[in-house]
Amino acid sequence: MIPAAFDYVRARSIDEALAHLQQHGSEARILAGGQSLIPAMRFRLARPSVLVDINPARELDSMTMDGVLTIGATVRDSAIERAAWIGELRWSLLHEMSRVVADPVIRQMATVVGSLCHNDPAGDWTTAALASRAELVIRGPAGERTVPIDDFLVDSFTTAVAEGEMAIAARFPVPDDRTAGSYQKVERKVGDFATASAAVQVSLAPDGTIRQAGVAIAAAGPCALRVSEVEALLTGQKPTADLIRAAADATSARSEPQADLRGSVEYKKHLAGVLVTRGLRHALARLGVQA
Amino acid sequence: MKVNVRINGVTYERDVEPRTLLAYFIREACGLTGTHVGCDTSSCGCCVVVMDGTTAVKSCTMFAAQADGHEILTVEGLAQGGTLHPIQQAFWDQHGLQCGYCTPGMMLTSYALLKQNASPSEGDIREGLSGNLCRCTGYNNIVKAVQQAAETLRQPAPSGPAGQ
Repeated sequence: MIPAAFDYVRARSIDEALAHLQQHGSEARILAGGQSLIPAMRFRLARPSVLVDINPARELDSMTMDGVLTIGATVRDSAIERAAWIGELRWSLLHEMSRVVADPVIRQMATVVGSLCHNDPAGDWTTAALASRAELVIRGPAGERTVPIDDFLVDSFTTAVAEGEMAIAARFPVPDDRTAGSYQKVERKVGDFATASAAVQVSLAPDGTIRQAGVAIAAAGPCALRVSEVEALLTGQKPTADLIRAAADATSARSEPQADLRGSVEYKKHLAGVLVTRGLRHALARLGVQA
Repeated sequence: MKVNVRINGVTYERDVEPRTLLAYFIREACGLTGTHVGCDTSSCGCCVVVMDGTTAVKSCTMFAAQADGHEILTVEGLAQGGTLHPIQQAFWDQHGLQCGYCTPGMMLTSYALLKQNASPSEGDIREGLSGNLCRCTGYNNIVKAVQQAAETLRQPAPSGPAGQ
């Protein structure tokens, strides 16, 4: 289907984009990669009357590593999987995830920040951002604020970005060198949203116990879900098979999926536990720990 | 709105609605019907074109306005002076098509893939083409075609129009 008619404006800077948002209010939407927005417009699920194309704003097309990884609002997914540092152990969660988001052609246009703003319940980026403890930089007429991913994801397809504001970057803390992760996704076919997925990131203390754990699952509720019970369960413990089994059981119990053509509730709950098990085993194996 | 896109080296300036998708701009406003529309929802890859030399994009999921001022390569731009591009020749030689509907998208995705990675492994090719669906071939001959094209393109260009 062809989208409903709209006015198209270009923003060459963040200030220009904000001015357009100010002028058009809730009728306006930001266009970055368009890989979620354009399909939504074609199905008439979204009918913005103004699209503000931020692709000409060069200041948004930058990715920097300066104690924190900052990804600007027009940086494409494909830039992550090709980054020089992506093979480092500490980035293994983002590395695995970046290769299973949508498909390789869509990743040439799709943006990281756009995926986070779209906030699909089965989103890959939102799930990985939770496990990575990322935060979003939001700018508006009143200035700039930084919002932890947990507060950013408000409800399905709804974020903390208020009218007149825009997300200008995502920030991922740089994990230490005793950190590894894994992203486990089951999808019906390449490019599909997850039937279930799990993002796991584990940091080990010098004594071999788990210093910090990030565990999140997709397609298990209104938004990607941080499984905080499992993070608490893992923290301070020595990784063992029993611990991982307990983590899987707690994940399955916490998962609240909906039945759809991808599977039943029972199947998806079971799958969430299986994927957390695999994710933890992979992440720990990368750190030289068999559990 | 005025949209100005350079397609296969020719500048097309057209007055279109902002909601005009690039695939329809190419097919209907510019009359280049080699770019196919399959699923129309970014799942199948039939509509893939190459933007600015190395980036494969699904033209059904991009507005023509976003391509304003950019270079687009479509299947019509592959052959030069009546000589098939090595990718086209390889699809012919390896029987990499049957009905041909997905073929323009397959070849343009392959073109961008080979620009970014001149020596892809079989796995790289299968992964690179995973956003393009073919309902006829079973993919094996497409993969062989891309392998042949990669080999041809790696060789120093002979005098003549083949190559880039």
